[in-house]
Amino acid sequence: MTSPAPVPEPRQTPRPDPAAVPALSIDGVSHAYGQRRALTDVSFNVQPASFTALLGLNGAGKSTLFSLITRLFGIQTGRIGIFGHDISKSPGEALRLLGVVFQPRTLDLDLSLTQNLLYHAALHGIIRREAAARSAELLARIGLSERAGSKVRDLSGGQMRRLEIARALLHRPRLLLLDEPTVGLDVKARADIISHVRQLVTEQGIGVLWATHLFDEIMPGDDLVVLHQGKVLAQGPMNRVVTEAGAQDVNTAFMRLTGAQVMPGGGA
Amino acid sequence: MSSITTREAPRGFSLQEYMTCLTGIVWREGLRFLHQRERFVSALVRPLVWLFIFAAGFRQVLGISIIPPYETYILYEVFIAPGLMAMIQLFNGMQSSLSMVYDREMGNMRTLLVSPLPRGFLLFCKLLAGTAVSLLQVYAFLIIAWFWDITPPPIGYLTVLPALILSGLMLGSLGMLISSGIKQLENFAGVMNFVIFPMFFASSALYPLWRVREGSPYLYYICQANPFTHAVELIRFALYGQINWISLAVVGACTIVFMTAAIFAYDPSRGLARRGPAGGEG
Repeated sequence: MTSPAPVPEPRQTPRPDPAAVPALSIDGVSHAYGQRRALTDVSFNVQPASFTALLGLNGAGKSTLFSLITRLFGIQTGRIGIFGHDISKSPGEALRLLGVVFQPRTLDLDLSLTQNLLYHAALHGIIRREAAARSAELLARIGLSERAGSKVRDLSGGQMRRLEIARALLHRPRLLLLDEPTVGLDVKARADIISHVRQLVTEQGIGVLWATHLFDEIMPGDDLVVLHQGKVLAQGPMNRVVTEAGAQDVNTAFMRLTGAQVMPGGGA
Repeated sequence: MSSITTREAPRGFSLQEYMTCLTGIVWREGLRFLHQRERFVSALVRPLVWLFIFAAGFRQVLGISIIPPYETYILYEVFIAPGLMAMIQLFNGMQSSLSMVYDREMGNMRTLLVSPLPRGFLLFCKLLAGTAVSLLQVYAFLIIAWFWDITPPPIGYLTVLPALILSGLMLGSLGMLISSGIKQLENFAGVMNFVIFPMFFASSALYPLWRVREGSPYLYYICQANPFTHAVELIRFALYGQINWISLAVVGACTIVFMTAAIFAYDPSRGLARRGPAGGEG
């Protein structure tokens, strides 16, 4: 149907060794809520030290996928692995390596910043003294040290998100999931958060899965997974996905990919 | 470049990690409780209304003979105090468990459940934390009740503690099991009508069971089979430094059964799915 032009793909960032264990591997995952299918045979990998954007409209199945990766939902079909640890078989080892920022806010608004961080550290079995040191360090990094004792309720939306990211890093995970973390933030806060997370990828080698429906958050060197109505329509380095869709940019590529899918009047 | 990707061997969790997690969860629940004054006040007002108004009115109607653990004639207020303590725990257990299953506390449950520690252990910690909150409520009630001439022996305040922990765990587990298992009871009004009231009234909380037996033998058997009756009796005896072995056995066994079943039945997708995208019908 489409006519992909064979263009050599430019490589902005060095790709990790393909033989290495992926940070996240999703393998043939399907999920249904009763009759309604939310995910159909989804498979893709996130490599360590890479930024993978999971692009999809609202209702594409991004949040369902996140709930499965974080073990909130039981896996119905397929397999999910985090650094080779099967999330169903050894959830403890898998979750230890995972940090998550959920789309809805999950901070305790009435507790202070430090209290929120200490609670999270306790959930990971990090003893109090170590937890206090790490909390202070992370608060300094996100520029909220002087707010350490104030209630989370008094923070701005962007500050809360930064705190949630700091919290997700407290137990030093090697895979970080973020579910539409910039929704509802102003331009400045968005830019801050994106650059912070990209820094984590390049400086600390963390593998990032970033779910979004905002095209401008994706950069040429990223890996891209296009999710639409519960199916993966395209995946690979962003440039390749765009070229193969015969488009100039992500926006057009996305419209082409999903438009073609919507037309035949969806089965099942 | 890919030096970070080697898969490490599973290392499990140390006892210290378990304990850190447990204390962290109880600590947070305590902090939250301190911030929710309305919840505290309403948890106290309920039993106090029973104590100040209901008991005062019924004092003349109901005569209480001397039954263990009491050694003298007692006022009706004194008799129903343990039942009201158990009632505090019943309400608290149902409330906190309901919020664990349905979405009110879903954000917090998400944070909790991505902890790498075993899910059963996390839920146990959560139940224990809920029980700890109910202990604060019960002791606050006991302090006020003391001024109302409900004065158990001083040692009773200590000996009742293990009884309260056990009954709190039993009622919290029951609440969690019910809210996981019965879809129709997803709001508190349903739980009040179909769980709290029947359990409370068909028990030894308000009247001694020998009196119930005089009125209706069938009701008597129902009361005997009601685990809440045994929670009340366990607390009643413990408050006077004694152990009611039958009640202890029943409450202990029920706690184990309810908790195991509740942890097994717990499914966070139940609370989340209804909020999922595209208005799916649950």
